[in-house]
Amino acid sequence: MEETTSNAQNSEANPALGKPDKQLRVRAVRGRFGSYGGRYVPETLMAALQELETAYAVARKDKAFRDEFHRLLADFAGRPTPLFLAERLTQQLGGARIYLKREDLLHTGAHKINNCIGQALLARRMGKHRIIAETGAGQHGVATATVCALFGMECVVYMGTEDMRRQELNVFRMKLLGTEVRGVDSGSRTLKDAINEAMRDWVTNVRTTHYLLGSVLGAHPYPTMVRDFHRVIGQEARKQVLKAEGRLPSAVIACVGGGSNAIGVFYEFIKDREVRLIGVEAGGRGHSLGEHAARFDGGGPGVLQGTYSYVLQDLAGQIALTHSVSAGLDYPAIGPEHAWLHDQGRAEYVSASDQEALDACLRLARMEGIIPALESAHAIAECIKRAPKMDKSDIVIVNVSGRGDKDIGILRENVAF
Amino acid sequence: MAIHFKQRPGLVAYITCGDPTLDVSREVALAAIRAGADVIELGVPFSDPVADGPVIQRASERALQHGTNLIGVLEVAKQLRQQSNAGLIIFSYLNPILQFGLDKFCAAAAEAGVDGALVTDLPVEEAAEYLRAMKAHKLAPVFLAAPTSPEKRLRDVAKHSRGFVYAISRTGITGARQELAGDARSLVERLRVHTKLPIAVGFGVSTPEQFAEVGGFADAAVVGSAIVQRIEQNPGQEAAAVSEFLSSLTGTAQEAVGKS
Ligand SMILES: Cc1ncc(COP(=O)(O)O)c(C=O)c1O
Repeated sequence: MEETTSNAQNSEANPALGKPDKQLRVRAVRGRFGSYGGRYVPETLMAALQELETAYAVARKDKAFRDEFHRLLADFAGRPTPLFLAERLTQQLGGARIYLKREDLLHTGAHKINNCIGQALLARRMGKHRIIAETGAGQHGVATATVCALFGMECVVYMGTEDMRRQELNVFRMKLLGTEVRGVDSGSRTLKDAINEAMRDWVTNVRTTHYLLGSVLGAHPYPTMVRDFHRVIGQEARKQVLKAEGRLPSAVIACVGGGSNAIGVFYEFIKDREVRLIGVEAGGRGHSLGEHAARFDGGGPGVLQGTYSYVLQDLAGQIALTHSVSAGLDYPAIGPEHAWLHDQGRAEYVSASDQEALDACLRLARMEGIIPALESAHAIAECIKRAPKMDKSDIVIVNVSGRGDKDIGILRENVAF
Repeated sequence: MAIHFKQRPGLVAYITCGDPTLDVSREVALAAIRAGADVIELGVPFSDPVADGPVIQRASERALQHGTNLIGVLEVAKQLRQQSNAGLIIFSYLNPILQFGLDKFCAAAAEAGVDGALVTDLPVEEAAEYLRAMKAHKLAPVFLAAPTSPEKRLRDVAKHSRGFVYAISRTGITGARQELAGDARSLVERLRVHTKLPIAVGFGVSTPEQFAEVGGFADAAVVGSAIVQRIEQNPGQEAAAVSEFLSSLTGTAQEAVGKS
């Protein structure tokens, strides 16, 4: 995060993206990406969101805040993360040179810690000592539990009981860190339901509590703020690739749940029009509604959990159930900035199936000695499809958003030796 | 405009439509009106009711299991309008209305004889298009005021509301509570400065004592989860159970007024 960080509405000023569409002008609230985004929450939360917006606007201009953020990213989280040339995979696929951005090497094992450090610093500035969060894969929950331990804050994490089952290791890690994990038994018992329950807690305890949302979702200012805290991924990657190769990549690939690791690695490249930005959604186990989490392949604009974006839903506006082998991608809406990048044609979105992700996970483990998170394996899967068709002079960066330790249980069930 | 409170406090009764069926919802609404309800809030069930507690969450799930949708809710409104002059408000989350179409929704609601709407997750800032459509069809938008709303927001909420303003008694989700929070009275006082509209207090009103207490400082009380709970607990006798319960509230209120 830098002072020059653009705000959501400043994306208007991003020349690479052209003018926002007409709908934007009739909307009063800031935090729009084209017509997407906004702030659709119960009245009780409005004051807290305004307070957060103001606190963040002040903090990001404050050098002391930025310095502390970057110090913790370096000394606590382990930034910068390497950009690693995957030579064997490159050779085997026979096309583009493949670089891996190693967010899996960060403390707690995923990119999520970037945002958690930023928001915890902000919560402390606002005098809020109780933190709540939702988690799907458990990586955001673990990262939140970690910063709360570091800052001495009370922490409650909501998690769907289906996710608690499939990401059991992370549940235990959170408990070890002193966090209370509350199981959520409604709906599909996954990320969406955990967010509902966290929002209900926030509505009730809003005066004392900060909601540390884990992706570029929810009401303004979350999508902008969380993106800013993850921008460092793309800033580093851009410098690193220029240093290693003296030129920009042809493509940057990232998996997209809510979209935080993807926007983090994309953002710095948006102005480089020759760089293709490719987001990979969860194709799950089938094409019909309920069998996947590919919002751009069957979803349409709608409002869920505070923001206007692409949502998987039925004709009556009821939110659809989703499925993915990876808990972190198993969510019916996508961050509003991705909706805009999609509509503008600046980023493209594809999907990888459960099986393709599992195969990619195994392939990366055996070719490069890296076991990626099943979320990140979706990005690897797209790289495996695409790289062979590309030229040997092309460069591809794949964001490895997290490591696969948390997925050992699922891998054990699904991988036959 | 049929939004009018006959007594103090007036009674606004919320029901989740389609729980257990739309026919029962209509019967319950008629029973509530006979028991003294001035306004019926017809709840549109939604898959992700973030502002609701467990009672209304369960009711929404039951209603959605057999496919209740906005069209069905408007049909109930139409049938009620044929039999009653009570105020009718559609109570919904935004997405079902958005997918139906804002303007189409307002046209259909007006056609059904509905008086207004309350959209839980649509704050005034985001409501420009909605307000235009509501106005075009002469419908009353009701907005929520919360204990956490600062003065400027209260002013905007009051300015854009028609029919009545809904004051949330405490920070939190819907559901019955033992005590009304002290927040409610001061919120109503702060809101009064900005509006001459009736002010209804809701979230947690579930006993005759609380109902009477609200009458001491507000124009109306909204009763929701306590009604939905009676529906849940009295399968086959929903209307009778709700009628008995609401009569106990309105009866007590009249006694309290009579004594003073
Ligand atoms: C390793 C990893 N990658 C990706 C995601 C998906 O989130 P986002 O799309 O916000 O990066 C998660 C979420 O849990 C995750 O744990």
